Amino acid sequence: MTTIEQISQRAEADAKTYGYYLTPNPELLQAFFEGLKTNENRYGYPLCPCRLASGKFEYDRDIICPCDYRDIDIAQYGACYCRLYVNKTVYENKNLPDVPERRPIEKQNRAYEPKTSTAGASISENQATTEKTIPTQAKSAVSQPASTESGEVKKKLWYCKQCGYVTYREDPPYICPICKAKHEMFEEINLKISLSG
Amino acid sequence: MQFSKVTGKKVDHKVTLYALSTCVWCKMTKQFLTDKGVEYEFIDVDLLEDNDKEKIRQSILSKGAKLSYPTIIVDDKTIITGFKKDQLKEVLGV
Repeated sequence: MTTIEQISQRAEADAKTYGYYLTPNPELLQAFFEGLKTNENRYGYPLCPCRLASGKFEYDRDIICPCDYRDIDIAQYGACYCRLYVNKTVYENKNLPDVPERRPIEKQNRAYEPKTSTAGASISENQATTEKTIPTQAKSAVSQPASTESGEVKKKLWYCKQCGYVTYREDPPYICPICKAKHEMFEEINLKISLSG
Repeated sequence: MQFSKVTGKKVDHKVTLYALSTCVWCKMTKQFLTDKGVEYEFIDVDLLEDNDKEKIRQSILSKGAKLSYPTIIVDDKTIITGFKKDQLKEVLGV
């Protein structure tokens, strides 16, 4: 069982590492910790309390707190989608901004798929896409239904052209966790393995 | 799939709230509506059975709303995404 203390220590340490602050209202903060604790005990990972989980790790990994979208949302709005993490200005002014959801609709839709069905692909196709916001290099991973019959995602190797960070997942993170390079700096690694000679 | 009804004295609007049980802003919305005596119905989507989640997804999208929580729909036409106190006050007249 994860405790509130563990959750709060983790969030505080993470905010400190990245130069962020936690939401200035203590009651709100406590409620965030409660939500994260419930989700961690329910799913096995601290899923964003403000978003719907699919319950499958690979589908949910971009919204495990701190989510993939936190850094870019803080840079743009001064706070993450939930407004758990904020920048210094927001922390001091105590005026929380509105932060729209930037997670692509295709990923949101997966949380509604029945776990035993293969309906995922058609759900993704029916939705208005958010491709305008998706950099071209990551497009292929998003525009094609990535789910397979077993509900697995198609993972690929991606590397950050700026610092060389390599990650094996469906699509690259919004911002490189090492050097903070943008999404566009990621490129897929195509490995060719020759078994002859 | 059952919406929970919270009774209140202000019944002049039909207020439907799509929420998550873990979501802080959903809790604030519920609290706000209750404090203002607004009658409303809500559903915690994260606690639903899998098959019902898809029905909820379709029902939210069919109203032109986003899959974002909380989503408040007033009189089947006004959509409020997120806990926006001023907008709620204006629409509900509280």
